[in-house]
Amino acid sequence: MTRRATLTAALKLGLTEEEYAHICEIQDGEPTYVELAIYSLMWSEHCSYKHSRPVLGRFPTEGSRVLQGPGENAGIVDVGDGWAIAMKVESHNHPSAVEPFQGAATGVGGIVRDIFTMGARPCVNLNSLRFGELSAPRQRFLLDGVVGGIAHYGNCLGIPTVGGEIYFEPSYAGNCLVNAMCAGLIRGDHIVRAVASGVGNHVVLIGSKTGRDGIGGASVLASQEFDETLEEKRPSVQVGDPFTEKKLIEACLELLDRKLVVSMQDLGAAGLTSSSSEMASKGLVGLDIHADRVPLREADMEAWEIMISESQERMLAIVTDDELQEVLSVCERWDLDCTVIGEVTDSKMLRVYWHGERVADIPARRLADESPVIRTPSVKPGYIVDEPVEVAAVSYPEPAELGGVLLELLATPNVASKRWAYEQYDYIVQANTVQIPGSDAAVLRIKGGNRGIGFASDCNGRHCYLDPYRGGKAAVAEAARNLSCAGALPVAVTDCLNFGNPEKGEIYWQFEQAIEGIAEACEALETPVVSGNVSFYNESFGQAIYPTPVVVMLGVFDNVDRHVDCAFRDEDDAILLIGSGAAWVDGSEYQKMHYGRVEGRVPDVDLALERRLQDSLRRCIGEGLVKSAHDCAEGGLAVALAECCVAGGSPGGARYADPEAIARRGAHGRWPGAEIDLPEELTLVPGTGGRADVALFGEAPSRVVVSAALQDLPRLTEILEDLPHWQIGRVTGDTLRCTMRGKELLAVSVEELHAAYESLPDRLS
Amino acid sequence: MDSAHRPVRFGVVVFPGSNCDADARHALTTFPNVEVDYLWHKEPDLRGSEAIVIPGGFSYGDYLRCGAIARFSPIMKSVVEFAESGGLVLGICNGFQILTEVGLLPGALLRNNGLKFVCRYVNLRVENADTAFTSAYDSGQLLRVIVKHNDGNYTVDQSTLQRMRDNGQILMRYVDASGARGEGANPNGAADDIAGVCNERGNVFGLMPHPENSVEAAVAGGADGRGIFQSMIEAVRVREATP
Repeated sequence: MTRRATLTAALKLGLTEEEYAHICEIQDGEPTYVELAIYSLMWSEHCSYKHSRPVLGRFPTEGSRVLQGPGENAGIVDVGDGWAIAMKVESHNHPSAVEPFQGAATGVGGIVRDIFTMGARPCVNLNSLRFGELSAPRQRFLLDGVVGGIAHYGNCLGIPTVGGEIYFEPSYAGNCLVNAMCAGLIRGDHIVRAVASGVGNHVVLIGSKTGRDGIGGASVLASQEFDETLEEKRPSVQVGDPFTEKKLIEACLELLDRKLVVSMQDLGAAGLTSSSSEMASKGLVGLDIHADRVPLREADMEAWEIMISESQERMLAIVTDDELQEVLSVCERWDLDCTVIGEVTDSKMLRVYWHGERVADIPARRLADESPVIRTPSVKPGYIVDEPVEVAAVSYPEPAELGGVLLELLATPNVASKRWAYEQYDYIVQANTVQIPGSDAAVLRIKGGNRGIGFASDCNGRHCYLDPYRGGKAAVAEAARNLSCAGALPVAVTDCLNFGNPEKGEIYWQFEQAIEGIAEACEALETPVVSGNVSFYNESFGQAIYPTPVVVMLGVFDNVDRHVDCAFRDEDDAILLIGSGAAWVDGSEYQKMHYGRVEGRVPDVDLALERRLQDSLRRCIGEGLVKSAHDCAEGGLAVALAECCVAGGSPGGARYADPEAIARRGAHGRWPGAEIDLPEELTLVPGTGGRADVALFGEAPSRVVVSAALQDLPRLTEILEDLPHWQIGRVTGDTLRCTMRGKELLAVSVEELHAAYESLPDRLS
Repeated sequence: MDSAHRPVRFGVVVFPGSNCDADARHALTTFPNVEVDYLWHKEPDLRGSEAIVIPGGFSYGDYLRCGAIARFSPIMKSVVEFAESGGLVLGICNGFQILTEVGLLPGALLRNNGLKFVCRYVNLRVENADTAFTSAYDSGQLLRVIVKHNDGNYTVDQSTLQRMRDNGQILMRYVDASGARGEGANPNGAADDIAGVCNERGNVFGLMPHPENSVEAAVAGGADGRGIFQSMIEAVRVREATP
């Protein structure tokens, strides 16, 4: 006789009294233990998005290029010539905090499965990482493990890891962020959706055997009271096997290409439970699962364990009887387990059997779609201020030596080159990488034509903390700007929304504000959100992380040969600043590094200006008028200029890919420097006291540094029209020199800039 | 048909876990009159291949020593026979590791001295341009290509190393941008700065860098790796033309 579960058991699983009552109503009585286990996972925050759903509806999700919006394993975007890109980003924060190497590795594995599930061949990995300050050994351990795990898994799969970001702030010390993004290439008419159909069709489990891994991590399931026969708790972080995943990719893409399966779904969080109930729910059919037929790693597993195990590298497929033999033989060829574990029914119920006995019988649609919705009343946190800081105050003394400040800024881990990390990633496999990591955006070609794609990932957590609305907006604007700097048209967004505990009003306020900012920017820039992930409860000891809504954006090149990077090139080229001239110390890297503060109010993005800036910039790049373009981000104008210099001659800079750059440096015998005369107008910003250090190191959105040949300037300024721009200097010599009204502000050799910029490894030993 | 232009058939071996197989195939298809077949590890049939590429990746996951499992696969038995009869075999990265494991090349590839996977541009110096794999280059020519591996630290006993030097079997070394050898130019600690070696007969070549990712100027890898494939194609055609 199947045991029934009481309210006490439900509460221990994290369900509320109301949820339990709702379950009893749906089940027409007390649920079985297996049913309760299934509900507790499907209605968990992680699977049901119960706190975020009411807010996420704010996102624009439609557009002429959107072939698949949110609600599937990944969003899919038309990039032209019949090609489409499937894309999604997902968090793996908590597993990575517990076991950084395997946590990050399995994060990559999970997101890659989301992509090939839809029939797309994974072609790009990116990752967005946040840690505490590197001065702490624990943080260095986490960084080393996470980067190693990403490399281990992604490299083995043969997917290039072409970009991403890494930031270090104290707020992430107890809760690092590991957001993994994958994109895949697919013909627009070959998309496969995870919808079960065809009564009588087989439900087939492909890939790794099922073990107890991941059970304890998903919820509080492993409580002794829940099942008194449960032995001891198992380590809860899953262990990845990229070799099996690589075989799964090849086998599943073959099955999908040859149309041997009706549909497919990967097993992610909540394993077999979520994959089967979602497939049934979307298809308006039922699924019968015989849990005892699932191949096991440990023979004594019980039905509920099998249903919620998060063992990696598994896929669920719906297969007709006619194709079953061929599916089995493809899997055998790849040495993969492939087992019929159930069938499609017309019951609309998810039914689980254990040696013939029915141990769960749940309406699939109500399980998948009827989870409770919770909207926490939001409360504006007390730390939020409405005004920028007063730079003239005594707490912000003007530094005496600006060159030294520039070198210090370049060496801060948030600004310094992340070469140490990206050289552990295979960024070249598949032979499509046009721009390797280290510039504003990753650029790849699509073989067989001139078409290309770009990716940029952005979020400034400090800005989002000081003003989540403006910070969210700025994350979208910056990702788009980075793509435009490469010459790509920004077209779509996938986002990973990392926040603290949503049951707290102040966290919910941050969440709502950030979503509003992101939504407004996505509307203005015509970059719909096609997929994403919400990660709540990023807190340790009651202290939340900075709100960190990571925006990953896709861009499109009609002609990828027209891309540019950030490197200064030729002597006497003009250097221009385009867009916003003003800069503020609020929330800047300069404020944090030099003054040890994170305070004030970050500037708002003028979305109309942003749009005009990016449109004009892409037009200039498209006409071949611009030799380099670089966004001014952390560290402001001065750091942006320094990065352009370093990239221009460095065997480690953006042009490292180009043997010509090395040859040119050899021919000149030096690095490309620059002479900059700061227009006084840039210092005339209210509240900044007219200080040059703020103009140089302060931050603001909508600012881009470009270089161009002198003869192209007339046409360039014609395109820029009344868009604010300043010709601030020229490429020359081997030193970055900045003056204002004839007075030297700083002069640092590019060789010194380079040494500072490449100094990250010094902090890791 | 004119032997100088007749199609040349390449076989690219595919193990489970190979991940540069498609890149090797793509690289070869950028040359005119080259036909490429994938050779599945479970089948001993070389399908009429006139030259063979063992590509990079993580064959069988490489959870044991790199290439240690692959050497036992059915296809490798055929590859060894093919090599012993004088056929051209190129092993790239994991392919190089497999060739040392199966005994077609001397030495072994250890863990990088930096103990981390390393993906970066390196400069190679062509040390011997008088081989079937390097004839399209000049001796001393510098190539800019990419390495990406965990285990590229080539090691070999001193007497074998000396013999390889004397025989001109060291085909490529890591150097700096000016062509000089030095610690900073060697990405993995390989003995004698060795990036690639051939066997005594000169028909089996293994190298850690990835020439298949350097065949097109339009992408980041550049085109410096073309010469290796060009040399092999010409060698096959010349061999055919020679009575």
